[in-house]
Amino acid sequence: MESIAVLMPIPMSSYLEQELEKRFNLLKLWTVPNKTQFIKDHSASIRAIVGNASAGADAELIAALPKLEIVSSFSVGIDKVDLKTCKEKGIRVTNTPDVLTDDVADLAIGLTLAVLRRLCESDRYVRSGQWKEGDYKLTTKFTGKTVGIIGLGRIGKAVAKRAEAFSCPIAYFSRTEKPDLKFKYYPSVVELAANCDVLVVACPLTEETRHIINREVINALGPKGVLINVGRGPHVDEPELVSALVEGRLGGAGLDVYEKEPEVPEELFALENVVLLPHVGSGTVETRSTMADLVIGNLEAHFLKKPLLTPVV
Amino acid sequence: MAQDNPTQPHQVLLLLPSHCFTALESKASHKFHFLKAWDSPLPQAQFLQSHATSSQVLLSFPKETPITAQLLQLLPSLKLLITISAGLDRVDLAACRARGVRIANSSPIFAGDVADMAVGLFLDVMRKISAANRYVRDGFWVSGGDFVLGSKVGGKRVGIVGLGHIGLQVAKRLEAFDCKILYNSRKEKPSVSYPFYSDVCELAANSDVLVICCALTAQTRHMINKKVLLALGREGVIVNVGRGAIIDEKEMVQCLVQGEIKGAGLDVFENEPQVPKELFELDNVVLSPHKAVLTADCFTDVTDLAMANLEAFFSNKPLLSEVVNY
Repeated sequence: MESIAVLMPIPMSSYLEQELEKRFNLLKLWTVPNKTQFIKDHSASIRAIVGNASAGADAELIAALPKLEIVSSFSVGIDKVDLKTCKEKGIRVTNTPDVLTDDVADLAIGLTLAVLRRLCESDRYVRSGQWKEGDYKLTTKFTGKTVGIIGLGRIGKAVAKRAEAFSCPIAYFSRTEKPDLKFKYYPSVVELAANCDVLVVACPLTEETRHIINREVINALGPKGVLINVGRGPHVDEPELVSALVEGRLGGAGLDVYEKEPEVPEELFALENVVLLPHVGSGTVETRSTMADLVIGNLEAHFLKKPLLTPVV
Repeated sequence: MAQDNPTQPHQVLLLLPSHCFTALESKASHKFHFLKAWDSPLPQAQFLQSHATSSQVLLSFPKETPITAQLLQLLPSLKLLITISAGLDRVDLAACRARGVRIANSSPIFAGDVADMAVGLFLDVMRKISAANRYVRDGFWVSGGDFVLGSKVGGKRVGIVGLGHIGLQVAKRLEAFDCKILYNSRKEKPSVSYPFYSDVCELAANSDVLVICCALTAQTRHMINKKVLLALGREGVIVNVGRGAIIDEKEMVQCLVQGEIKGAGLDVFENEPQVPKELFELDNVVLSPHKAVLTADCFTDVTDLAMANLEAFFSNKPLLSEVVNY
């Protein structure tokens, strides 16, 4: 298989690169000066793309690669892959579900605690010597708060399981109600936001869910409410979020994703009720390694004409 | 025994003011008579000698007022000490025992908030939340690329030191993160199924994380020493929401600086508010200014608990949070 050309648009994991290089002809697009020319030069040989949350395969790239057979994403979210075009052309798409569910759910709770209990700010308070001048102020209890989850799939359910251990009542919004679950269902995101203390975004990014967190939802969540986004940046109308936080219409936010990563609105840097993470939802040594193995496993299965491990299309 | 004179409401002695008391006073001033030592121009000892000889109940905030044997000598009628804290390390327990003074603390109320803090610190250290937040705010995500990887929480072995109210709440929460719970306590607890280690060093050797939730006593002072930290090992993390002095702080700092342990989440220190400045250089440490119980809800709940304990005492009913076998 060493002759099979696999295109990787941006760096995502040195372990993954190593493993791909052992098996394929890995083309690292970010290392070449003229990307468009490079694609043209290799268009007859590239049979696979390895993408991630930031870079996938849009219609333009797919059109430039007539020999493309498979897009294997180093992520569970595949909003950067043009699924419609892939389906039409019979191009397979795989992702990395399940293996990162726990890490993302852990981070959602970690962000919630960091925001409500001001962990990052009070760490700064100690390091700057301010503790010598007086105690830190009161923060907000997490135990017992109502947690609202948008999207009750794998990640949403894992968030619910953890929040329940803190005696948090769970409420949710989903495309369809899930009667076998004992959580409170709300038929709209606005109603969910109005009835919870912490709102967690855990659904896939699609045309329907783009800007699902808009001004109305943010106002409904309110000056004591906290938004936690471990989904995708475009789930949130970012300028609306920023103005709500700056004006105090929203109580706080814990964000792992943004509309245009790695750019983060600078107005947020001054706010002590906001925690900002650089898209690290699945960012543990253990999980990235397992994700990489899954990408490799899917590619090998495809080229050996075996069933794909985790196909999307 | 309760006072039986209906015209004089039940007397509760307080030594120093606190904002916790302000909330209690507004709720309870019609039910109890609060004798406030700080209102008097007399020095405390003199005030107590002339005004508090029949005081049966002392409501105390040990952070400011250590309850010493000398103090207890001035309160010959004292039957009950209610402390607004979980920790009793600043109370002379032997002197209380000798005088038959009952103690009610605030453990059940604090347990949730303290457990939340322990879990929050643990998640922060493992997933580098505070460090990553600094990375973004300092502009490094734009200029420096992806942040480093953290450590997965699921599947990790969590050794809880002290399985009381707080330790049990920590265990309950971390089980939901798929952590494996182990513990060390003064005595094994037959009501739980977690593996028990009578030796804290052995617990450390079998844990990926140690969470300190026990009381500070003569036995637990510096219980987490160099031997225990080395047993915890280079991949080990320590979280302390107990008291600073349970850990040999100097040794812990050395271990962190030299990489003998992987990280620490600390809400308490040996000599607060002094914090060893070597820790300020470290990204794998999360520091918190002893605020595990400092939530508004906690203050309301603690006030309600104090009221409930007072009502119970004066009507000869069982206390709600009596510390037995202290």
